[in-house]
Amino acid sequence: MTAIQPPLTEPEVDALEVGTTATKASKGRSRIPWRFLGGRAAFYLFTLWAAITINFFLPRLMKGDAVSAYLARNRNVTPEAAESLRALLGLDTDKSLLQQYIDYWSHLLRGDLGVSLLHGLRPVTEVVGQALPWTIGLVGFATIVAFTIGTVGGAIIGWRRGSKLDVFIPITTFLNTIPYFWLGMLAIAAFAVNLRWFPIGKAYGVGVKPEWSFEFIGQVIHHGTLPVLTIVVASLGGWMLGMRNMMLTVLDEDYITVAQAKGMPNRRVLWGYAARNAVLPQIQSFALSLGFVVGGTIVMEMVFSYPGIGKLLLDATNAKDYALMQGVFLVITISVLIANVLADIAYAFLDPRTRQTEA
Amino acid sequence: MTDKTPDGRRAANAPETFLLRTATTSKGERAAGFWARLGAAFAMFRNGKSITGLVILAFFVLVAIFADVISPYSPTKINPTERLKPPSPEHWLGTTHIGEDVLSQVIHGTRGVIVVGFLAAAIATVIAITVGVIAGYLTGWKSEALSALTNVFLVIPGIPLIIVVASIFEDPPLWAIAAVLGLIGWAWGARVLRAQTMSLRNRDFVLAARANGEPLRRIILVEMLPNLLALIAASFVGTVTAAILGLTTLAYIGVIPVTAYNWGTILNWASAQGAFQQNQWWWYLPPGLCIALIGVALSLVNFGIDEYVNPRLRSAGERARAMRKKGLDINDAVTAVRTDIATPTDSAATGEKATA
Repeated sequence: MTAIQPPLTEPEVDALEVGTTATKASKGRSRIPWRFLGGRAAFYLFTLWAAITINFFLPRLMKGDAVSAYLARNRNVTPEAAESLRALLGLDTDKSLLQQYIDYWSHLLRGDLGVSLLHGLRPVTEVVGQALPWTIGLVGFATIVAFTIGTVGGAIIGWRRGSKLDVFIPITTFLNTIPYFWLGMLAIAAFAVNLRWFPIGKAYGVGVKPEWSFEFIGQVIHHGTLPVLTIVVASLGGWMLGMRNMMLTVLDEDYITVAQAKGMPNRRVLWGYAARNAVLPQIQSFALSLGFVVGGTIVMEMVFSYPGIGKLLLDATNAKDYALMQGVFLVITISVLIANVLADIAYAFLDPRTRQTEA
Repeated sequence: MTDKTPDGRRAANAPETFLLRTATTSKGERAAGFWARLGAAFAMFRNGKSITGLVILAFFVLVAIFADVISPYSPTKINPTERLKPPSPEHWLGTTHIGEDVLSQVIHGTRGVIVVGFLAAAIATVIAITVGVIAGYLTGWKSEALSALTNVFLVIPGIPLIIVVASIFEDPPLWAIAAVLGLIGWAWGARVLRAQTMSLRNRDFVLAARANGEPLRRIILVEMLPNLLALIAASFVGTVTAAILGLTTLAYIGVIPVTAYNWGTILNWASAQGAFQQNQWWWYLPPGLCIALIGVALSLVNFGIDEYVNPRLRSAGERARAMRKKGLDINDAVTAVRTDIATPTDSAATGEKATA
């Protein structure tokens, strides 16, 4: 035992000023997480650079060039004209690879993606811009529909676990595993060829001019129904399974038991407590899937001969139209990146934990 | 995930008493221990769903191996007298537009699908384990760099890239297709493995192994890898599915030349010859159903692994069913206890449900 007790020093801080962990959290919310944002921005710039560099090298690895393919289609082109075509497309090989790379970047930064041989030497940006609305409109709509039905359905199936509703999981998984092009061809065979309910393909009928008229919009809806339905049927399973599995995990949490113990109505526990927390990973993958809207439906556009981005890429690949191929690939990659940025923002906004841990 | 360390093994500098105890184990027991440990390593496959899936998968593998023996005809044998015949005793699945036997084509097509699916998944899994585990175990900029690499591959759109890459080759061999599919498909597995390794890194048994001075190689291979097996298996199975869908889709689109037979090629021919418009169902149904069946088998295996990793997925349904058998609703858990005590059970329970 020591005789002299050390004097107890009173800490000279205001308890209200310091607050609890809760006040710290609510204060922290208003602060902008610069470290986190900086890290993400660096990652996206790096990915963008990587994608553009891959995009630069791909055509240079390929056998046969666009001009040879073009000459094979059009016989009456003089060798001089072929040479100038090569120069126009940046395919003349007397420049060093580094010089070509720098040229590629400077063209890119000026928004110049070159000209498309396949589409009568029109600028690639114009050709891509024409196809983009069709893809985004149709597939974007289908993705939103599938996400909504799948998530709400998955929440209900998870809530009524062990009931007869569980049968939806194997059914939608089966539809998810069959190849999409096959489903599309079956749908065409059944509903377009045999039953004649829907047209076989294309975005609108022959002889209809694209304009804002009721006839044209009706045509677009009529032609788009079958593609939308098949996409929804094929992608429903993933959304439903993901949401149901998250629901089962969340429903075991203590706060659900507490909410029920407080006597809250089931509807509120389901939507306000369980589904609200289970939907977080769903929203992130929804934002990611929005990115694949542009590139992930090549097969749909081929099966239904829909005039979108995917069909453009296929046609460009077959014709070895490199400028168009690069342009389409760039647009696809950039849309995926934008969707990733959106996913990050949505997630950081919805779940404060990511801002603290991932930074 | 099982958290337990592999027991019965002596650490490098363990005390002498440890050695005495292990010395008494006979040879037979040690062998049994090995088999038990091997069985434990594959515990995620020991449930109804996984076994069903594996059996279907094994069937397709056998078909692929013995394709030459069991197919009744050569897949490319042309028979001008038997064009577009519906199924008959001679041709169980009918014939194509030039009299080829559809059944033989489907049987031979299995080979390409199985080889590409498993080869691509093997390549992807090896890369995923290497990158994912190392990125998870290391810290600092090395880990961040590997993670950035993973994210780049996660973000770059796969199918468009394959279409562009496949057009480089004039006649891509099967292994090249598998390699490209594998190189594109590893990122997701690496990301999942990195997250799990990061959480394992600070568990007690890994800290103990590090304190004992075990080399990095041993910590990763012996201490961590057994705890990652279920995730590795799940990512392998997922990649097989993706590779098979990718291969058949590419073959259907026509990016892969039609000389390499697989189910996608058959569908490509069927579609080009208008089988879908002319209702020649024997031509286009079997290959598609085979892809669907193999996809279902692989998802069954993955469901089994999921339920092993996260037992709530299985137990939640079972518990709910058990409660329903007793006349209770799992979502009324709290009121259910109350109604057990109160005498007018039914009216209380139904009243509670009506408000819900």
